[in-house]
Amino acid sequence: MIEVENLTKRYGPTLAVSDVSFQVQKGEILGFLGPNGAGKTTTMRIITGFLSASAGRVRVAGFDVAEAPMEAKKRLGYLPENPPVYTDMTVAEYLAFVGRIKGVPRGELKKRIGEVSEKCAIADVQQRQIGRLSKGYRQRVGLAQALIHNPDVLILDEPTSGLDPKQIIETRELIKGLAGQHTVILSTHILPEVSKTCQRVVVINKGTVVAVGAPDELTARLQGYGTVLVTVEGPAPEIMGKLQTVRGVNLVEPLEAAGARVTLEVHTEKNYDVRAELARAVVESGWGLFELKTSGMSLEDIFLKLTTRDLSEEAAAQAELPAASGEAVN
Amino acid sequence: MRNILTVAGKELRSYFHSPIAYLVMAVYAVLCGFFFYSFTATYVVQTFRMQAMGGAGMPNMTINDYVIRPLFEGVLAIVLLLLIPMITMRLYAEEKRSGTIELLLTSPLTDLQIILGKFLGAFLLFGTMIVITFGFISTLFIYGNPFAKPLIAQAVGLILFGGALLALGMWISTFTKNQIIAAVVSFAAFLLFYVLNWVTAYSNGAVSRVLAYMSLTTHFSTFAKGVVDLKDLVYYLSVIVLGIFLTARSVEALKGRV
Repeated sequence: MIEVENLTKRYGPTLAVSDVSFQVQKGEILGFLGPNGAGKTTTMRIITGFLSASAGRVRVAGFDVAEAPMEAKKRLGYLPENPPVYTDMTVAEYLAFVGRIKGVPRGELKKRIGEVSEKCAIADVQQRQIGRLSKGYRQRVGLAQALIHNPDVLILDEPTSGLDPKQIIETRELIKGLAGQHTVILSTHILPEVSKTCQRVVVINKGTVVAVGAPDELTARLQGYGTVLVTVEGPAPEIMGKLQTVRGVNLVEPLEAAGARVTLEVHTEKNYDVRAELARAVVESGWGLFELKTSGMSLEDIFLKLTTRDLSEEAAAQAELPAASGEAVN
Repeated sequence: MRNILTVAGKELRSYFHSPIAYLVMAVYAVLCGFFFYSFTATYVVQTFRMQAMGGAGMPNMTINDYVIRPLFEGVLAIVLLLLIPMITMRLYAEEKRSGTIELLLTSPLTDLQIILGKFLGAFLLFGTMIVITFGFISTLFIYGNPFAKPLIAQAVGLILFGGALLALGMWISTFTKNQIIAAVVSFAAFLLFYVLNWVTAYSNGAVSRVLAYMSLTTHFSTFAKGVVDLKDLVYYLSVIVLGIFLTARSVEALKGRV
């Protein structure tokens, strides 16, 4: 549904987006992650036709955004980071205007406004001037305008920003409900949201794609080792020595000590569960076992790891990860 | 076409939602009214004096020459130079500032549709100002007997003159997010074009004649006299087209760089 090929955007000497490629299947929700300044918004602006690319191509529903902009834009709904609302219009006026310019047939306009307002919970503020609405309401009006013409593709830049927790959950449900019917690219900083709503994720940093794949795939791929946290009461050096001997354990590191108890971080072989053996080792030696749990890599860790590595690590990582572009061709 | 009208409708609605439209119309009505009153009063007094003196050796003073024409030439040309920037300043500057330009440029509208829609919206607001002008002038018909025919030329001239300024003002508004800058630069540009005319006062070479020809106001004089000259028509229409063309190029540049 969306094909981004070798997208590059240059601003004078700076390369904002460099050779970015990925695809989104029909009905999929793709998460777009990256630190600030990574090129997410620039990429989205190129996909929606706001900016022109310096090189590369974007196709939406088969239409090249640069060569057939009218056709592509008819099928696109876009919510930028700041909802593009006219503050002097009322909600109803605004939605009517957007509906008209997006090509909603005159006869259906009123119905569509009603439907989309219900969906986005703005039915009760139809006659209020947008300038007088709270940020949360404005955000929802922005979402409504992206949906009003029932586009095939939705590009959402931080759709839950400014919303309260209840609204965030509602919006998340709304977006999840869109999968299947609509194809969605969702850019966000809120990482837990990604694992809850997105089926696949593209991680972008400094203008290049760093990783593509399903959130758990990435976790599995990037976790070079398993981690188990164990809290034991007893003499630290001896405990560490004993645990080191357990099969599958690579490294034992002390984390913290509280009185006689010490918490250790045990690095194990990938995908090997040493917990039972660790427990046995501790108990058989006569020490008190207080806590034992696995501690995996959260999406935050993945994100940070992917986006703060230095160049030498990157070279090593390239060898380790399957090529990102290979992954992108579904 | 439907898109152009939608955009024009939105612009008009925005104008009337803010104090700008009312302010512009009010200021225009007051200035226009004041000068209209002065010219008419002067005319009345002078014609009475002439009659008292027997009217010998005095030129034929028509209302057209002594009220309507000075009104168009002197007041309108200058007043519009100041007020049209106030109309055009928001056209692109406000969209850029509030981010709504992103909405327009990502919707299935061509750049030209957006430009023509905005131009039309601004032009319709300008149209209300023309109506006010002719409101004043129509009172002359009740109490006097001016020639009606020259008025057609003067109306056409006014419409074209305003249109040219609107197109240029719209172009200037694409350069900034700040409406005030757009207004000030537009006014400065219009003023510059106005005084290009003055070159002929001190120079008569080829260059100065070209510059004088380029002035927006020289071409208005023929219309003000009541004559529709093709070359002046072409001049104003060219400026309108130029303004629209330049706006289109500027919007393209916007998409390339933001």
